[in-house]
Amino acid sequence: MKILVAVKRVIDYNVQIRVKEDGTGVVTDNVKMSTNPPDDNAIEEAVKIKEAGKASEVVAVSVGEEKAQETVRKALAVGADRGILVKADGIIEPLAVSKILQKVVEKEKPDLVFMGKQAIDDDCNQTGQMLAALLNWPQATFASKIEVKDKSLEVTREIDEGLETIEVNVPAIVTCDLRLNEPRYASLPNIMKAKKKPIEQITASDLGVDTKPRIEQIKVEEPPKRKAGIKVASVEELVQKLKNEAKVI
Amino acid sequence: MSVLIIVEHNNKELKPFTLNAISAASQINEDVNALVLGSNSDSVAKSISEVPNVKKVIHVNNSLYENYLAENYTSAVIKFAESYSHIICSANTFGKNLMPRIAALLDVSQVSDITKVISEDTFLRPIYAGNAFATVKSTDKIKCVTIRPTSFDPAPSSGGSAEIINGDPGDASELSKFIKKEEIKSDRPELGTARVVVSGGRGMQSGENFKLITAVADKLNAAIGASRAAVDAGYITNDHQVGQTGKVVVPDLYIAVGISGAIQHLAGMKESKVIVAINKDGEAPIFSVADYGLEADLFDALPKFLEELNKLNTIQK
Repeated sequence: MKILVAVKRVIDYNVQIRVKEDGTGVVTDNVKMSTNPPDDNAIEEAVKIKEAGKASEVVAVSVGEEKAQETVRKALAVGADRGILVKADGIIEPLAVSKILQKVVEKEKPDLVFMGKQAIDDDCNQTGQMLAALLNWPQATFASKIEVKDKSLEVTREIDEGLETIEVNVPAIVTCDLRLNEPRYASLPNIMKAKKKPIEQITASDLGVDTKPRIEQIKVEEPPKRKAGIKVASVEELVQKLKNEAKVI
Repeated sequence: MSVLIIVEHNNKELKPFTLNAISAASQINEDVNALVLGSNSDSVAKSISEVPNVKKVIHVNNSLYENYLAENYTSAVIKFAESYSHIICSANTFGKNLMPRIAALLDVSQVSDITKVISEDTFLRPIYAGNAFATVKSTDKIKCVTIRPTSFDPAPSSGGSAEIINGDPGDASELSKFIKKEEIKSDRPELGTARVVVSGGRGMQSGENFKLITAVADKLNAAIGASRAAVDAGYITNDHQVGQTGKVVVPDLYIAVGISGAIQHLAGMKESKVIVAINKDGEAPIFSVADYGLEADLFDALPKFLEELNKLNTIQK
């Protein structure tokens, strides 16, 4: 079994986001970038399945600017065998990403495609489901447990009401939740080894995919600020304020 | 131009967030139609027909839709989609799972998780976990939009009498199979809709200590929340998690206990009307969003808080 894992380069989750003054987006210059957190879970799961002898190859793919190569390289350092970078500049909407990944899947013929459930930059939560639709494959979204069976996967999904378990035929798309596993850190020897692993570079236009955005971004703004609150000196004062000032209890 | 709402339900009852989605839909266009895909779901079709904002109900009653599988749902929605300018549902795990599959087959770039309708094609949506807001305009012919339920009031649920027509099912998919659902039952109000939420973080130090939170929540008829740190530490199950990767809540009163206020947690609660923070670290970021901050050891403060609540003659429910 071959597993393709899609990874995205995003602003690191610990960075305080700043909106550009001209309202065209958020500041990304000189800002620390990392792999989208649930994509780390996706890579980890694929590597674990390979280590358990149930997969033969793990291929990491990213769509984005040249520097997204670092994100692919990181996936290689934690156990992916080789990488693909599909270069595309500017805003690439999830629909275009899924069309690009569809072409990659047609070429690579993986049995499974894993990725994070959502990217923490645009918070769209679309790409996995869209790719599943375009390929007419089943989808198992928000996975917190994956059991590989003979020709299917049993996947436990995190839903609002609790947990849901479904079985999906292989080939399938799985989008991973943060609770799926604990991603490992890359060891120094593995980081060195990853430098020798191959990364194939192609462009979105090589694949014949039109990445022109369908959604116009009119402006990006700061969220409304909360007015500063007060510190209370005691529990008694807190309860009095909640009762008589805020009138919420 | 008319709007199709995909109804979320359990074959017996509407899920409440459907009403919030209907409110958003009505702001786009008054001609709101509702699609009920279900199995033995007549009672759902009837209740949605009583929502005054809904002008027509399409009910597809087939065993294919007994459980909610995106593959089966999508092929049915696609059959009706072409007659509509907008397809709408909630951006909860139901809509997040379903809508992109529909959008991709319609070759539409979806607009996710909107918090405001600006015009029929322009919407406001949070990005970067609510650390920025983007105003976006969809240029697709059909607009696939998911709405953040807590940003729209629920539409009134009675007084209407829309026509119910029966629709044909879509193709059956053999791609996936439902196995089981483990719903977490509770006598408490649901986290996503509770008027009061009391949440604990890593400062609780153990699952056992959450009984202090439970006691206060019982008194206030509140839902119990938690930070990701508390969930990851195994103090409480993940269905309680508030934050970017958990639930987004907008209660009248949010009480954060022993929660430092990581960006990812703030994203899930900072729209709450009144925020209380109890933390012994006076520098904790949670205090920057709190209306009332109490710098104290929670193990002293929570029992005392309960005691003070007990002294009150009345408590709002």
